[in-house]
Amino acid sequence: MSVMIKVDNLKKIYGSGFEALKGVSIEIKKGEIIALLGPNGAGKTTLISTICGITVPSSGSVLVGGYDIAKDYRHTREMIGLVPQEIALEPFEAVISTVRFSRGLFGKPRNDAYIEKILRQLSLWDKKDAKIRELSGGMKRRVLIAKALSHEPQVLFLDEPTAGVDVELRKDMWDVVSDLKASGVTIILTTHYIEEAEEIADRIGVINHGEILLVQEKETLMQQLGQKQLRIDLSEPVHSVPDALAQYGLDLAPDGASLLYTYDATGERTGITTLLADLQSAGLVMTDIQTQQSSLEDIFVGLVKEKQ
Amino acid sequence: MNISAIKSIYVYEMARFFRTLAQSFLSPVLSTCLYFVVFGTAIGSRIDTVDGVSYGAFIVPGLIMLSVMTQSTSNASFGIYFPKFIGTIYELLSAPVNFLEIVIGYVGAAATKSMFIGLVILATSFFFVDITIQHPFAMIAFLTLTCLSFSLLGFIIGIWAGNFEQLQLIPLLVITPLVFLGGSFYSISMLPPIWQTITLFNPVVYLISGFRWSFFGEADVDVTISLIAIGGFTLLCMAVIWWIFKTGYKIRS
Repeated sequence: MSVMIKVDNLKKIYGSGFEALKGVSIEIKKGEIIALLGPNGAGKTTLISTICGITVPSSGSVLVGGYDIAKDYRHTREMIGLVPQEIALEPFEAVISTVRFSRGLFGKPRNDAYIEKILRQLSLWDKKDAKIRELSGGMKRRVLIAKALSHEPQVLFLDEPTAGVDVELRKDMWDVVSDLKASGVTIILTTHYIEEAEEIADRIGVINHGEILLVQEKETLMQQLGQKQLRIDLSEPVHSVPDALAQYGLDLAPDGASLLYTYDATGERTGITTLLADLQSAGLVMTDIQTQQSSLEDIFVGLVKEKQ
Repeated sequence: MNISAIKSIYVYEMARFFRTLAQSFLSPVLSTCLYFVVFGTAIGSRIDTVDGVSYGAFIVPGLIMLSVMTQSTSNASFGIYFPKFIGTIYELLSAPVNFLEIVIGYVGAAATKSMFIGLVILATSFFFVDITIQHPFAMIAFLTLTCLSFSLLGFIIGIWAGNFEQLQLIPLLVITPLVFLGGSFYSISMLPPIWQTITLFNPVVYLISGFRWSFFGEADVDVTISLIAIGGFTLLCMAVIWWIFKTGYKIRS
């Protein structure tokens, strides 16, 4: 898979002296969906703004489709669509005219058939003549996506696309993103919602304090860093973990009816077999047993804490 | 050059003008009528001719200039300030456009609007006074250059302004007084000598004088100087805007 975006040692120091990006390097492959996770102020939006040309980098370079964002800004910007974090739309403008405006601004000739296609895809066609101020928050966010897609970009940046959006609309947006990926668009999204990254991303990047902490295939990341938990439900509650089981570092559920065993799923020996044998020896009777994979959120929180 | 972008910005801005056509059109017509009633009829009837021109006709170029300068400035400043205020400027900054294309789009639209208003005022004045325009091409040239240069100035103000108060500050406190004191309603030859000299430091004098010359063939200052003044002012504004986009002043962090 060829590289669509290459960010090399990108730094951004604002006038106040605040270092928003501390030498960020990342390669984004053509046609993938990459989610950038990070707490507020991590540098996600600065990174996106710099690639899009809104923020001027202090040093470093960015290539989009092989073109430099400074020297060949026309080429790179034509390739990029941006959905900003804030809902920024002219309230008195009609939906269709603001989308047409975006297309023209990016140098594309008028194409009503294409505009109709994306408005239909985003369930906005019925609202095409409505003024922006008459739309709900979710609809406005769809308009932002329509504007970003209006010039048929090869790269789409979604900066917190589903912030403040209800669950149903969020799922709709994920469908739209999946369709875009299928059509070959490279998608970079920043999000606070771990489940969003888990649901739709191919790769996950974790960014904090202006540094990329890691970039990994989602599945690999979860396999490598994911810890599993085994929950053993007991027929009779116990007051404490029996001494015979102390070596396993078990936790007792608050009601005393379950034992919790955390283990490394990728390890050579998980210790489950011996634990179950020792349980029987200790005279405990199991009624149920289940395992649980740690979520991306657990991984993310763990990583950010570790670096602090 | 991204012609499509220029056209999009221009059409988008003009659409705003047509959305508020009643305000855009009726307001200057009404204020011109009021000026004619007050200055032309009530006060003007007590004033002899100025430079051989009836007072009612004499104030027409000044009236047009007054509206054109204020409208150009406010249209252009609002045009670029509004996207900054509501946040849609991100789209402009991330689009494949250079500063010249942005300026042509916004300033072109603002200049067109104020030119339209200037011509509406001129048409309205025909209902009140008899006017013969001696140099119609020069009149159009002066009008166009004034619309352009003050729209450029408005664009700069719109970029500089951090809030709506600042947006109004320069038009209210600088431009309007300069226009009123720049010979809109009088010939500077009517002033005492010392004030004539002081008035010559007001750049607006040259614009109004040149514009008035195109109507009546009489000017307070040489027409060539007027042309140089307005040309120089336009270039100065262009240079400031070029610097703004080069440094990203107040638009690109």
